[in-house]
Formats: sequence, C-alpha cells, structure tokens
Amino acid sequence: MSSSETHAPNPHLAHHFETIEKQDYAVRLGMWLFLGTEVLLFAGLFLGYSVYRHFYHEAFHEASRHLDLWAGATNTVVLITSSLTVALAYHAIKKGQTKRCAGLLIFTILCAFAFLVIKGIEYHHKFQEGALPGQWYHYAEVTAPGANLYYTVYFLATGLHAFHVIVGMSILIWILSRVLRGHFSPTYYVPVELGGLYWHLVDLVWIFLFPLLYLI
Amino acid sequence: MTALDDLMRRLLFLPEARSTFAVPVDRLHFFVITVTMIASTITGLMAFFFFFKYRERRPKQSTPVVVPSMRFEFVVIGVPLFFFLLWFVQGFKDYVWYTTPPKNATDVYVMAKKWMWKFSYGGDGPNAIGTLHVPANRPVRLLMTSRDVIHSFFVPDFRIKQDVLPGRYTETWFEATKPGRYQILCSQYCGTWHSQMWGEIVVMPGPEYDQWIIEQRRGLAARVDTGGDDGPSFHGSIVEYGKKIAMDQGCVKCHSLDGEPHIGPTWLDLYGKQETLENGETVTVDEAYLTDSMIDPRGKIVKGFKAVMPTYKGRLAAPEAAALVEFIKSLRTQNLDTVPSKEAIYEPVKPAPRR
Amino acid sequence: MSQSNQLHDDSPPVYPAVNYLNADRGVWSWLTTIDHKRIGIMYLVSVMIAFLLGGIFAMALRVELLTPGPTIMGANTYNRMFTLHGVVMIFLFMIPAIPGVFGNFLLPLMLGAKDVAFPKLNLLSLYLYWTGATIALCGMIMGGTDTGWTFYAPYSTSTPMTLFPVLLGIFILGFSSIVTGLNFIVTIHTLRAPGMGWMRLQLFVWAIYATSIIQVLATPVIGLTVLLVGIEKVGGFGLFDPTRGGDPVLFQHMFWFYSHPAVYIMVLPAMGVVSDAIAAFARKNVFGYKMIAYSSLGIAFVGFFAWGHHMFVSGQSSFNDGAFAVISMLVGVFTAIKVFNWVATLYRGAIAVKTPLIYICGFLFFIVFGGMTGIAVATVSLDVHWHDTYFVIAHFHFIMVGAVIMAFLIALHYWFPKMFGRMYHEGWGMVAASLIVLGFNATFIPQFLLGNAGMPRRYYMYPERYQALNVASTAGASLLAFGFIIILIYLIYALVRGKVAGDNPWNSRGYEWMTTSPPPKHNFDHPVIIDRDSHDYQEPGEEVEHVVI
Repeated sequence: MSSSETHAPNPHLAHHFETIEKQDYAVRLGMWLFLGTEVLLFAGLFLGYSVYRHFYHEAFHEASRHLDLWAGATNTVVLITSSLTVALAYHAIKKGQTKRCAGLLIFTILCAFAFLVIKGIEYHHKFQEGALPGQWYHYAEVTAPGANLYYTVYFLATGLHAFHVIVGMSILIWILSRVLRGHFSPTYYVPVELGGLYWHLVDLVWIFLFPLLYLI
Repeated sequence: MTALDDLMRRLLFLPEARSTFAVPVDRLHFFVITVTMIASTITGLMAFFFFFKYRERRPKQSTPVVVPSMRFEFVVIGVPLFFFLLWFVQGFKDYVWYTTPPKNATDVYVMAKKWMWKFSYGGDGPNAIGTLHVPANRPVRLLMTSRDVIHSFFVPDFRIKQDVLPGRYTETWFEATKPGRYQILCSQYCGTWHSQMWGEIVVMPGPEYDQWIIEQRRGLAARVDTGGDDGPSFHGSIVEYGKKIAMDQGCVKCHSLDGEPHIGPTWLDLYGKQETLENGETVTVDEAYLTDSMIDPRGKIVKGFKAVMPTYKGRLAAPEAAALVEFIKSLRTQNLDTVPSKEAIYEPVKPAPRR
Repeated sequence: MSQSNQLHDDSPPVYPAVNYLNADRGVWSWLTTIDHKRIGIMYLVSVMIAFLLGGIFAMALRVELLTPGPTIMGANTYNRMFTLHGVVMIFLFMIPAIPGVFGNFLLPLMLGAKDVAFPKLNLLSLYLYWTGATIALCGMIMGGTDTGWTFYAPYSTSTPMTLFPVLLGIFILGFSSIVTGLNFIVTIHTLRAPGMGWMRLQLFVWAIYATSIIQVLATPVIGLTVLLVGIEKVGGFGLFDPTRGGDPVLFQHMFWFYSHPAVYIMVLPAMGVVSDAIAAFARKNVFGYKMIAYSSLGIAFVGFFAWGHHMFVSGQSSFNDGAFAVISMLVGVFTAIKVFNWVATLYRGAIAVKTPLIYICGFLFFIVFGGMTGIAVATVSLDVHWHDTYFVIAHFHFIMVGAVIMAFLIALHYWFPKMFGRMYHEGWGMVAASLIVLGFNATFIPQFLLGNAGMPRRYYMYPERYQALNVASTAGASLLAFGFIIILIYLIYALVRGKVAGDNPWNSRGYEWMTTSPPPKHNFDHPVIIDRDSHDYQEPGEEVEHVVI
C-alpha cells in the first residue's frame, strides 16, 4: 500500500491488477489464447482439404496447376514483408520512435491492402474461367472428378483468410491512429505488440495455405 | 438361453434374440449392466449410509485428515480400468465378427429414401418395397445406399444397425435364427416421417424361401421397382435391366461385352477374375470391387489401363448399380480362365459432360 | 465483517448494509456493469429463463409421446420441438450455466481477487450470449428448424426449413463461450492472491480451469462447422453433399470434434461444485485432492480424442471404431477416481445433513449409473443396438440432468446465501430435492428400457408396444417439473423474505466465504493473503488425526 505513495500510479493499470507487469502478462496470455482459437478455426478447413485431397488427388493436383501462381507468390512476399514491418514497428515504439513506428505501420497496412487487391484480381479471374465452388463449377480445363471440391476448399480457405486480413488491417489502422495521437511510449506499448501478434497469425495461416493450394 | 438369461432379458425389456449376433451381444450386455447397477447402487447407498454414520454429532466437531495410500490409488484406478478394458476387448471382438460378412452370404441390395425401404435381390430376383424376405439360418448380406439423406437400418430383434449413406455403399449382415416377422426401423433422423419409415423382415424356413424365390423369378409376382420418381418402369429381369443401364449410361463406350480390348477392361468373363492392379496387387473381381469401381474408379486401376473412368457416385440408384453387377456376372464364356485383361487401346476421351 | 473465516463463527448473522447488489442503482448500472458478480446474477436470470423454456419444450414432447399416434401436435411440430429442446438446453443452458453463473460470481472471490482479468470482455460475453440466444431462438421458432440439435448433413443442407438464424446464433454463442473461457484461464494464472499456489486452489477452480481450456480449444471448431453448413445451405458449395463429391461423414467428424468435449464443458464444472460442496458439508479435507485436480485435466485432455464413439455405425472403419472405443474407456477411469474420492471424503466427516446433501446423494448415484452406461455404449458391439435409441437419450440425460443439473442445484443452494445474504427454507428444500431425485428416476429409467426394447430417437409416432414405458416416463417428468416449480417458488420467496444468513452460514472454509455475504462491490475490504489450504478444516494448533486408507 505504501508503495503507491512513492511512485505515481500508472494510468494504464487497472484496479484489479497488482502491478503493470502482471497486467501486461495477463494481456499477452489472453492474446495468445485467442490466437490459439483462430488456429483451431482454420484447422477444420485444413482437415477438409486433407480429406478431399486424399479422395480426389488427381483433381487437386491438376487444379492447383491452374492457379495463378504469380498472384500467390506475390501475396506471400507481400505478407511476409508486412510481418517484418509490423515487427519493426513494435521495436520502434519500444524505443519511443513514434514517427518511425507510424511509418512502418502505414507500410504494413498498405501491404495488407495490396494483398486484398491481388486476391481480388485472382478471384475475378476465377469467376471468368468458371473455376467456382460447388454448383457453379464449369471450368473446362480441369475435368477430373472432385475438381469442384478443390475450388470449394480454395474459396472457403482463402475467403476466411481474406476476412481475417481485413480484420487485422482494421486493428492495425486503429493502432496506427493511437500511435499518431501519441498514446504509446517506451513505458506503454502493449497494444502495438498485440496488434502485431494478430498480424503474424494472419501471415502464418497464409504461409500454410500457399504451399498446400499453389505448390503441391 | 438359460433361464437366468431369459429373466435378465425380460427385466431389461429386450426383445428376444433372433439372430446369431444377438446372442453374444445380449450376454455382454447383461454383464455390463449388472456391474453398472451394482456399482451405482453401492455408491448411492454408501453415501446415504455415511450421511447417518458420520453425521455431525456435536457442534464444533473436529474431523481427521484422511489421505489415500498408494495401494488405494492403484485399486481405484486398476479395478475400473480392468473392467472397462475387458468389456472393450470382448465388445470389439464381437464387433469385428459383426462387420465381417461370411463368404457364402446371400446378397440383397437395399435402397433407403424418404421414407421407405426398397429391396432388390441378385440374379433374376424380385424387387420389393418395405418387406424383405430372407431364409432362416443362412447369412444374408445387405448392400445399402440412400437416395437422399442419411438413414439407418435398424432391426432390434437382430441387434443390428448400420447407417445408410447417399453416394456410398455400406454393408451389414445377419443370420436369422427363427422364422417370423421382424420390424425394421429407421434410426437416423431424416425428416417429417422419419418415425414412420418402417419395414419388415419376413424370415422363412430355408426350403420355403427357396420355393418363394423361384416363384418370384418365374414372374408370377415379378413386381418391379416402380417407386414413382425412379423413371419409366422396366419390365424384365434384373440382368436385362442391367444391360439397358449399361447402354443408357454409356458404359459400353469403354467396356466391350465380347472380349474386344478397348479403353476399359472388357466385361466378358470379368466377374470372378483375378486382376493385377497398377500398384502390383491382385484383386478378385467381385460385387464389392465392381460397385467400388463405379463409385471410385480411380481407386484401383487395372494394370495397363489409364485412369479415365468418371465416377457414377450419385448417378446410379442402388437397383441400377445392382442390375449392372448382375449383368456383368451374366457375361461368361464356357471356359473361364484367369487370364489378365489384354492391353488397352487408347482413344482420346472428351471431358465428362457437365453435371 | 468476516476476516479470515475462522472454523466456527458464533457471531449473530448480519446483513451488510452496502454490498454489490445495492452499490449502484438503476437498470443502466446493471447493463453497463463490469462487476463479475452482477454479470453472474444476470447470467443466472438468463439461464433460468432458458431452462424454463427448454423444460416447457420437453414437457410438450413428453405429452405428445403419451400415445403411439398423434396426441397434441403434428409431425413437423414435434420435429421442431425436439430441435428447440436440444438447442436451448445445450447451447443456452448447459454450456453457459455453471461457468457463466457460478464461475463468474465466485472465481475472483475464490482467488482473493477484485475481479476477473478482463472485466469488459466479461460483459461482452454476456451480451454475446443474449444476442446469440435471441437469434437462435427466434430463428428456430419462426423458421421451423427441424434438424435436431445435431443438424446432420445432407438433411440439414437440403431441408427447405430455415437453418441460417440458428447457425448464426450458435456461432455467436460460441464466441461468448470462448471469451468466458479465455477470461477465466488468464484470471487463474494472473490474479491469485499472495500465498495461493496451484495446490491451494479450490477444486471448483481446478474444474473451471479445465473447462475453460476445452472452451477455448474446441469451440472454434463448431464455429467453423456451423459456418460451413450455413454456406453450403445458402451457396450449394458441396462440401458435405455427395452429389457434388462431398462427404456427409466429414460433417459428423467436425461436429463431434467439438460436441464431445462439449459434454465435458458441461460436466467438469458440475464435478467441481460437488467437490467443494462435499468438503464444506462434511467439514473435512477433500480426500485425494491432487487426484481430483489432475483427473479434471485428464478428462479435458483425453476427452478431445474420443469423438468418434458417436459414429460407430456411421460407416467409418472398424479401426476407427476400436480406437475411439478404447480412448472413451480411459475417460471413464478419471470419473471413477473422482467418485471414489468423493465418497471417501464423506468417510469420518462431520456431515450437516442439509438440502444439498440430498442432491449430492442423487448426484453420486446418477453419475455412476450414467457414466457406466456411457462405458456400456462405448462398448462397440453393444452400441450397434443402442445407437440412436432411447438408451442413449437416457444415458446422456442421466449425466446432463442427473449429474449436471443436480450440481447446478447444489451450487444454487450452497451459494445462495453467498450471493444474496439470505437462507432458503430447508424443509421445502428437502421436499423439492426428494421430488426431483424421485421424479428423475421415474422419467429416465423407463427410457433405458425403451432403448433396449428398440425405440429409436426423434420418433413422433412409435409402435404400440412402446406405449407403457412412454407413459411411465411422462408421469415421472411431471413429478420432476413439479419439483422444479417448488424450487423456483421458495427461492424467489427467500430472495425477499429469507432469513438473514450472515457471512458464513455453513462455516465453510472456501476462500469465497472470507468476505461478507453478499460481498461488497470490490469483493474484499482488506488485502487477501492465503496461509492455509482451501479445504482445511483443522483448528490452528489442534492435534490432527491422520488416517491413511
């Protein structure tokens, strides 16, 4: 009790936590648990992919040859770069370099945007070709049985992932707005860390999706 | 069945065991349930007894600290585990026996659709809706599929059950031990009239069944499957029906009927042949292999042929697939030897038409 | 004001003038609260409404089943009714009830903390619950959903009945569950009072911890599954549709991967309640504390690998069947350990025979019977006959009602004075408890026999030979319903006119009793330091008798 007289109470410390260190630990633990739930959300789709790849290995193999590899590869580079920049942004704000942090965050957000644009182009291409899920499949190039399921899994997986890219982007925009308003400093930067963690997860999911869908 | 078995059966409201599988099932059931009832009653009574014996006799009564010994832990873990694993082993053994139909079983094709059961017999057998005639004391295998949603074929008197899936064949078998009529109940929710999707198995003594089948085949009561939405009705034997389907579905474009090498293995003398697959294994061409090939043609490719056959999953009703199998079975020359299929002649095939 | 809840408190009971109930006034203060206790109370009202609805649907079903043919409703109505009963009971009551009500109210108190780790997230979980529940309920009632709570493909994806709202509702409810679980895990890790090592935690806390792990890991899978079914229904994507190459059994795997651990989400908190209550009423240390704590974690872990025992006759391979069967047996062992330990806790206790004890007695009988019939259905050859019959219904109702709802009632009675500062009427409590235990037996034992006789589940009409048992079951259900109504009446009465309870009417040593009843807004008026075990009933300095068995 007497310690509060010698230090000014941290304005970010909630009433039910003893110290800011415990609070930060709690917040990080919570975030990691949440990331765990996201992994399990995608796990079901990876299961669906494995099962149908096993049933229809011909179709899956053939269909993956017909994906726009340039788009997938570019998106991979874009996302990995954005993960780098968001990590650098975290390090910047830890050292109090607000402007640098903001710049890096802006670059990350632009990368996210670029990802979505390239994905949009890819989807558009598929709509034109007729490489669509389920009942709308009429892509003449791949006729092996089960090809429509390949595109079902493709659209579901990349669609759910794109949704998470949008969510991650929104989170980063919000963090950016707080950085620009000077909310963060070397003594308080945990939200930037958490936003970065979420972005890393989004990237990680793609790193698994890309080889499974485009390369094998 | 001993008197004790019969008493247990009545206490537990079990119907009489009328198949060979039902006997070991009931025996294990009695064992498990007896132990369950004893364990739960003892637990409840002990708790009740302790409420009285160890009730608070004076205010501020102190209590000892009671801790378990290592031996206690071992017993508490070991005894239940022993029982549970014992039941697992016996139950799984019985189950594996249940999922292995005997080789001499008579085949019947079953098709489930909302909300009825349809049966087709092999050879020139009759078709039927709702009632399945089988011989007593002979194994019968059911090859089942569904036209629409998942159903489940359940015969309480036989203690058998198997889910019936669309787009796939599942099988079950039984050997009825006593003539009589036994109810079939659908046991997987399938819509409004799930609770009325009943059928009946009529078990006849062997000779009576043989006579019945002959009469059916003679066409005296050659009822054909005319379940309304199955398309135009067909009059004739199942073999002729199979030939018609082979023409309609285009099978004969790739499979010749006279031994000529073509895109797929010829159907002449195909049934019963030992084929070598492209991975080196040998397989006997039986009903299962033929049916499998229609659903999943890429699964087991015969050596020397390309994987170009499209799947007929969802495109053939059970009676149609059955009819095709019977037709293939009928294509035999006089001398059947186990010569592998001759080399294929490959012609480019156009992409499969849009479904 | 109670300081360290001494073993025996002879002071006259006092009702604290200022407590969390009256600290802030007005509906708005409740709707925007971040006080975990108020959130717990709001959960209590919500789940009790859900239980009432689910119970009404159940009674409707049982009345319909009085005759083999149509009785009071048509076939489609019946099918919609059992869907409503299942979804409401499972998603709106069983899963959120004990964690949402008692977990929320008690966890910080039991840890000596001022609140949960993320109080605003806690309020969010309540709002998610309300939103999801409303959407699901309205969707089912107005849309005529008739698939059963398991909505198997391809029936669910091809039925013309509306499915989307209930799927959306369940998705949102899933989020509520995840948020609660996440909050509890972080709370237990970071907000324990000084001196409270892991081995000093109350067993209810251990149970909540194991439950929360399952909530966090399993719930996303059902979220994805309902999302996929919804998309398939609306878009015809063909993931589970055999005519497009999909596999309906894949749906079953994904569905049960969540729904089997879900039953442990329901039962683990119940077991935690019983552990705490037995210690308090027997006034004794918990026998085999470590074993009970570890077995909770064991159930959570092994429970993730047993889902295929719902699919023995689905067409999966015999190897799968065998593997899932043997794993299911292992889970049974963990429960057996707990049962032995609970009974042994009563041994040489100083038992105060109160209403919760009647429920505890019933609980012990029901969990052994229900658990072992679970082992029975896990025995593959037997399940061929029992799968999708009333035997399975009886088995899971023995656990869900016989164990979990008994435990909910134990919790409600044990912690009623803690939450509201008043006592309920013991006499009426015992009457209702006896009615419930008897009524429960009368309802569900005939259902075991119906299953043996071969009556399948979800049957609107049934062969005549099953009528007698159905009538018996309905009679029992009426008794059960009557018991619940009595409880509702005397508890509401106790809320307003019950005797003042004082801080610790049971003289329990749980840490939550170290503050007033009801507690103040910030839980403890003094800093909390823990210097003893949670179920420690020894006087300091007393000569303690040690017994090893």
